[in-house]
Amino acid sequence: MNDETGLPLTPSQTVGPYFTLGLTPEKHESGLGPLITNEIRGEGEPITIHGKVFDGAGEPVNDAMLEIIQADGNGRLDAPGFTGFARAGTGDAVDNSYRFTTVKPGPLGKGEAPYICMIVFMRGMLLHTFTRIYFADEAANANDPVFIRLPEHRRESLLARHVESVDAVSYEFNVHMQGDRETVFFKLPHPIAD
Amino acid sequence: MSGKRRSAHPPYTYPDYKSSILRGPGRDPIDLDRLDAKHPSSMGVESGVLLAGRFRPGELDHDLTRNARRGGEPLGERLVVSGRVLDECGNPAPGVLVEIWQANAAGRYLHKADEHDAPVDPNFLGAGRCVTDREGCYRFCTIQPGAYPWKNHHNAWRPRHIHFSVIGDSLVSRLVTQMYFPGDPLLDFDPIFESVPDAARSRLIARFDLGLTQPEFALGYHFDIVVAGSGATPRDNHGSGK
Ligand SMILES: [Fe+2]
Repeated sequence: MNDETGLPLTPSQTVGPYFTLGLTPEKHESGLGPLITNEIRGEGEPITIHGKVFDGAGEPVNDAMLEIIQADGNGRLDAPGFTGFARAGTGDAVDNSYRFTTVKPGPLGKGEAPYICMIVFMRGMLLHTFTRIYFADEAANANDPVFIRLPEHRRESLLARHVESVDAVSYEFNVHMQGDRETVFFKLPHPIAD
Repeated sequence: MSGKRRSAHPPYTYPDYKSSILRGPGRDPIDLDRLDAKHPSSMGVESGVLLAGRFRPGELDHDLTRNARRGGEPLGERLVVSGRVLDECGNPAPGVLVEIWQANAAGRYLHKADEHDAPVDPNFLGAGRCVTDREGCYRFCTIQPGAYPWKNHHNAWRPRHIHFSVIGDSLVSRLVTQMYFPGDPLLDFDPIFESVPDAARSRLIARFDLGLTQPEFALGYHFDIVVAGSGATPRDNHGSGK
């Protein structure tokens, strides 16, 4: 199937400023319960990941939505009862940080580093973008087939750093939309076109 | 490189939409597939995860005229909004989570950040969700959303719209968009709508459908959504050639 015979795609539009209404309605008074939260449960070491999203002026964005997708601690995406998908906004905390409670993923394959896939949406973005969270304390990063092929000076932008915390093991991961510290964003492989 | 696919979506930076200037990525995204020819990233988390059928909304979640009632009915014209989620080959996408949110009939969101001086409706939340059936169909019952002002430029008004979020099987099909209504005079003045390449704009406008319209009850609008991907996964190639 090539692109010429495919149906034309529905265009993307921004999530706008009010996405929490539809995407986390349990935060508003209603009959809609939680469906996708900022929590992933599964086998593995419990961790939290938190951070901020910075715009091109270096200001933290208070209406970004982040979704994460990951394997469990054994590197499995399809373990029974496991859904490695969560979402969080940056508008709940006073400092505009997001927070996920999850488990540290295992690597999918031998020689790969563990990572979390993240989708970034916000008011002002007309189309979402993808990034990956690698862990700064993983030796396997040095062999990971994707990580080592990135320009060296940009790899840093994908590293979550371990931070001291009273509860679970905690990692900090900030997203920079533009500038010298701009996060590496990815385009996904497309099964039909190219 | 697919010209058609590229031309469907707005650019990251569209200066008429002021917030886009500082918020879209500054550099071109890196093509994950081309980064590593030996280890195709089709083996990665991005394409390995299968999310269809994972989510189970509540029974009334799809009915915005009922899911937030507090002893009364929401005000406004009732609508049925329905359509199909399809992949690029035209295959229906079943088990897809469709989430929507919108302003009430007066153009006001039930959200703390909305400062528009228009009444809230105590019986209307403006959020709903459902999962597509085997034919890829979704269906919502709701209220005609009102237009509302915003601060992008002088006398800026958003055309009436419903926000849609679509979570299909693979991440390549992830989509957030907005559905508009035919004949809305505000469309020509809206930089968010206009950010979409000319040829693709009409795909964001629902079609009035007398067949979906329920006598004595609600007007019907049809809105199909085509998401990227073939629907065929590495494990299951059936149906991809239809
Ligand atoms: Fe809106």
